[in-house]
Amino acid sequence: MEAERSVGIVETKYFTFAEPPNEMVLDSGKKLGPITLAYETYGELNEDKSNAILILHALTGDAHVAGYNSPDDRKPGWWDSMVGPGKAFDTTKYFVICSNIIGGCKGSTGPSSINPETGQPYALSFPIITVRDMVRAQKHLIDHLGIEKLLCVVGGSLGGIQVLQWVVTYPDVVRLAIPIATTAQLNSQAIAFDAVGRYAIMTDPNWNNGDYYSTGNVPAHGLATARMIGHITYMSDKSMHRKFGRERIGEPGSGFNIDFQVENYLNYRGDSFVKRFDANSYLYITKAMDYFDLAQDGGGSLQKALANVKARFLVVSFTSDWLFPPYQSKEIVSALRRNNKDVSYAEIKSDYGHDAFLLEVEALSRLISNFLQYAGYAEECADASVF
Amino acid sequence: MHQYSEATGQVNNGYDDELSAKFRFIVDMVEPRSFVLDIGCGDGTLLKTLQVEKQVRAQGIDLCEDAIQSCVSKGLFVYHGDLDEGLADFNDRSVDYVIATNTLQMLHKPAFIIREMARVGKKCIISVPNFAYWRVRWELLVKGRMPKTKYLPFEWYDTPNIHLTTIKDFREFCKKANISILKEVFLRTSPEGYCSVIKHLPNLFADQAIFMIEGHKGSK
Repeated sequence: MEAERSVGIVETKYFTFAEPPNEMVLDSGKKLGPITLAYETYGELNEDKSNAILILHALTGDAHVAGYNSPDDRKPGWWDSMVGPGKAFDTTKYFVICSNIIGGCKGSTGPSSINPETGQPYALSFPIITVRDMVRAQKHLIDHLGIEKLLCVVGGSLGGIQVLQWVVTYPDVVRLAIPIATTAQLNSQAIAFDAVGRYAIMTDPNWNNGDYYSTGNVPAHGLATARMIGHITYMSDKSMHRKFGRERIGEPGSGFNIDFQVENYLNYRGDSFVKRFDANSYLYITKAMDYFDLAQDGGGSLQKALANVKARFLVVSFTSDWLFPPYQSKEIVSALRRNNKDVSYAEIKSDYGHDAFLLEVEALSRLISNFLQYAGYAEECADASVF
Repeated sequence: MHQYSEATGQVNNGYDDELSAKFRFIVDMVEPRSFVLDIGCGDGTLLKTLQVEKQVRAQGIDLCEDAIQSCVSKGLFVYHGDLDEGLADFNDRSVDYVIATNTLQMLHKPAFIIREMARVGKKCIISVPNFAYWRVRWELLVKGRMPKTKYLPFEWYDTPNIHLTTIKDFREFCKKANISILKEVFLRTSPEGYCSVIKHLPNLFADQAIFMIEGHKGSK
């Protein structure tokens, strides 16, 4: 049964653009090129190219949203529960696209990529990138795929941040927008957690000022610590206690060795993360998140920043999310409503904390599949009538 | 269309399973292609009817997650949250109709919400149960118990209805708040579900009242 609802085996594809001398100009004024984006697509683009949905991934995500890259893969893509035949993003109806963000380390150009000018990894010579830069690069991909208008852009956390940037930067390209568990700007607490993560990486002697690709020693300790901190912020008091309680795996009197189950879990998470993620990417991407402030697009006013968006919105938050709490989603909703935009807001009751956007599959699926089906239809009606 | 007869003053409640007879009167009050905000919209039945029959631009507000899911599944735009914060985002007279059906008596600050409705809406449509209905009076006067009726079915200790009013009291409130009442419809529901329009002594014989009101600059 589950196999029928899977997209099956998918291939990661690569798109390279901004070849010199036509590099992409970044927000910082620096130029970057060539740029490669790793991406995957699921389902079929229909004849009038009106069924394309762009999924945007979170901090440590990648282009591999659903299905398996090879029959030997142990785990499916990171949002497999939501993408596939009969699922929220129904691949029998929609053409789903996801690409790895620039600055990342999952096939798209980032600090661990080879700088063609030097033949060496960029490391810290990689320019500072912003969320707007990420979105700009994705627009190149959408153009390359021949899509003029996206039916929907959707994502959770940093993915939701990208959704907000998409509708502001390319208002004519997006029909429906679903920012989930996200914010128009990180609050001080969220920046603080990012800062501690970066501090852990940068004080690891193996980090070596970002230049560790040739030494054979990655800053594993720092990156694992950053990941552990991150994981704590993704869960809630309740979800953590339900999962681990005060359960112990160590012998009584095992001293400062790993003792509590929750320690064990965090350690495992940290270690496995080091095998799949680049420390410099973690620095660049968290910095881009910290700098993100959508109000800047409106001269300091979130309402002005969203004044020209044309998309219809479904904004979703989760009650126990204390990293990007519901009040931050409400600020987005409020700014949209003050601009007289059509927006639905749902605050889903959940104990999962920030991670709920990956775990509250049932409530999210119902909301999203209905929203996609009917809001798209409402748009057609509205276009045809007086509004 | 309606199975409403001027002669008998009755609407068949069985005409549409989705739509209570009271809603039918509200749908009739709304001009086509207007912008409607339903506060405490529930599962969105009224808004959906307005969207289909009157081609309105519809938005709802509700506190309940199930209501939000239902509204989205009907293709309605809906805000999940408190009514006051939901109304705060709207400019003065920016909505053609703000509607509250059987909602106000459940609120902690109904006066504030009515004033907010009157500020935001060019017109507002409010329906309330009438606490001066004779059966309610009977329960209290003769039985000496907290009244329970079709529209007020709850026990005193678990009722959501904390700010009940009467037709007289509502009229008096509007007068004091400088809010005009443009239309009034008084209804009585029979045990069989028929809804009759009450013309005489409505404060005694109607169990439901629908008011269309309009705020003015300086309404308070």
